Amino acid sequence: MMDLWPTVWVFVLASFIGLGVIRKVSRLLHTPLMSLTNAISAIAVVGAILVTGGDYPLSIRILGAVALFASVTNIVSGFLITDRMLKMFKTDSKPESGR
Amino acid sequence: MFHALSQVAYIAASALFIFALHWMNTPATARKGVYAGVAGTAIAVIVTWAEPSVIHHWWIVGAIALGFVVGVPLSRVPLTAVPQRTALSHAFGGIAAGLVGTAEYYLRLGEGPEWLTPFRMIALIVEIILGYLTFTGSLMAAGKLQEVKWVPQRPVTYAGQNFVNGLLFATAIFLAGILAVNPTAAWAPYVFPVIIVLALAFGVLLIIPIGGADMPTVIAILNAYAGLSAVAMGFVLDSKLLITAGALDGSSGLILAIIMCKAMNRSFTNVLFGAFGQVQQTKAGGEQKQYKSETPEGAAQVLEQASFVVIIPGYGMAVAQAQHKVRELYDQLKKRGVTVKFAIHPVAGRMPGHMNVLLAEADIPYTDLVEMDDINHDIAQADVALVVGANDVVNPAAKTDKSSPIYGMPIIEADKARTIFAIKRSKNPGFAGIDNELYFSDRTWMLFGDAKAVIGDLVKELSGGSGMH
Repeated sequence: MMDLWPTVWVFVLASFIGLGVIRKVSRLLHTPLMSLTNAISAIAVVGAILVTGGDYPLSIRILGAVALFASVTNIVSGFLITDRMLKMFKTDSKPESGR
Repeated sequence: MFHALSQVAYIAASALFIFALHWMNTPATARKGVYAGVAGTAIAVIVTWAEPSVIHHWWIVGAIALGFVVGVPLSRVPLTAVPQRTALSHAFGGIAAGLVGTAEYYLRLGEGPEWLTPFRMIALIVEIILGYLTFTGSLMAAGKLQEVKWVPQRPVTYAGQNFVNGLLFATAIFLAGILAVNPTAAWAPYVFPVIIVLALAFGVLLIIPIGGADMPTVIAILNAYAGLSAVAMGFVLDSKLLITAGALDGSSGLILAIIMCKAMNRSFTNVLFGAFGQVQQTKAGGEQKQYKSETPEGAAQVLEQASFVVIIPGYGMAVAQAQHKVRELYDQLKKRGVTVKFAIHPVAGRMPGHMNVLLAEADIPYTDLVEMDDINHDIAQADVALVVGANDVVNPAAKTDKSSPIYGMPIIEADKARTIFAIKRSKNPGFAGIDNELYFSDRTWMLFGDAKAVIGDLVKELSGGSGMH
């Protein structure tokens, strides 16, 4: 029970940081924002690695491996599609002649 | 020693995640944000993998490889399908949290029941309930967005629906409560799966009454759930990195959901329990009003004379695959020195920010994409407002008609422009089944036809006529 309160602290402070930072995100980028935060929260992958790789019964490790697969899918597709979308945001695509 | 090293690495990863989101505040630095996110994830994965307790390396390699095999194609979907992909990724995040929680419970039950303190049990049960309900709920949302046959598109409602859902949820909470205080009782391993099943069912029931128009909000809410399930996992595993990343994801989902709700003048509870589909039958049979229609030739002449044009795109533009034609029109007008801005309503498209991405793909500079509040300041100066595939977001009834189902919703005030052209496929009312007064204004001319074809005609008129004037 001793280590309970520090984690709650972390959660509350991280939420405030999150609200502060996200509020400033450009409205243009809300779709990439969602895929980026999705990839970031797939950091749950660390839990899946510990369960999959540990010296545990087979059934436990199978659950872990499926979770690991799902998390890695989110990491890979999340970061790749975010970058793909962000690449499309340009100030002026081709040098315009008329002005 | 390893412990200290890994803690430093996790702190670095958390910091990188915060920077990643910070750099999303402008498109100029946004890609740096992706690299920061990748770096943070890579550090955390390597350090965790190096834990002495991790011994089955080939299992990890196999699962990661499979994740790449599925993840890479998923990142290449067309941009119109990004909402489905996003919903699917919330489902993946949910199931990962649910499965890890399930594994942890049975593992500790067998190997060290004293680990299952009431606090950890509560966190663990929150993790699995949120995880599994996000899984099925997001799958339903993805199915609705993808228009999969066996997922009903229309909101499914029945009498006592909220009661049934409430009862189901209350049962799950009750079972969760008794399990949290008796995690090692003889019956506990059998109650646990019951909670899982209830959470899975609840996810489905939560989404079926919600209609297509509310999907942007629902995706954002599911995003918040997925983030919170990661937070709960962080509490179970005592991982501050997970708590931080989950809290960032959760607050992002929350903020986006609030923005979406505000943009539709709805409340959370109204979206989740209100079933938008029901309000449609209001005044279907009013008096028949008269449209004025215009030809592409005539519209092109007006556009040519304009100095400031505002284009208001809606999802109908994307459905008609007209965004590249819109870009050609934009080029033609720019060539003539016309100022062209795009007015973006927050709920234009099928997820937050969707319309910006669709227009960016068509190579339209993001500096010409203007938010609703900003464009409403300037729209009275516009010579032409061109409405492409949008309907409810320009309906003045939202400001004037108290009986309208969309009353109170903030709109793009196209009706203030000097001339309004609205491209519309047919003379039927729009998505929410509501007549749009804008179309009957004396300054509005309708351009009937497929958006892609009509814009194509406008482009042809403008480019053909360029030498003759």
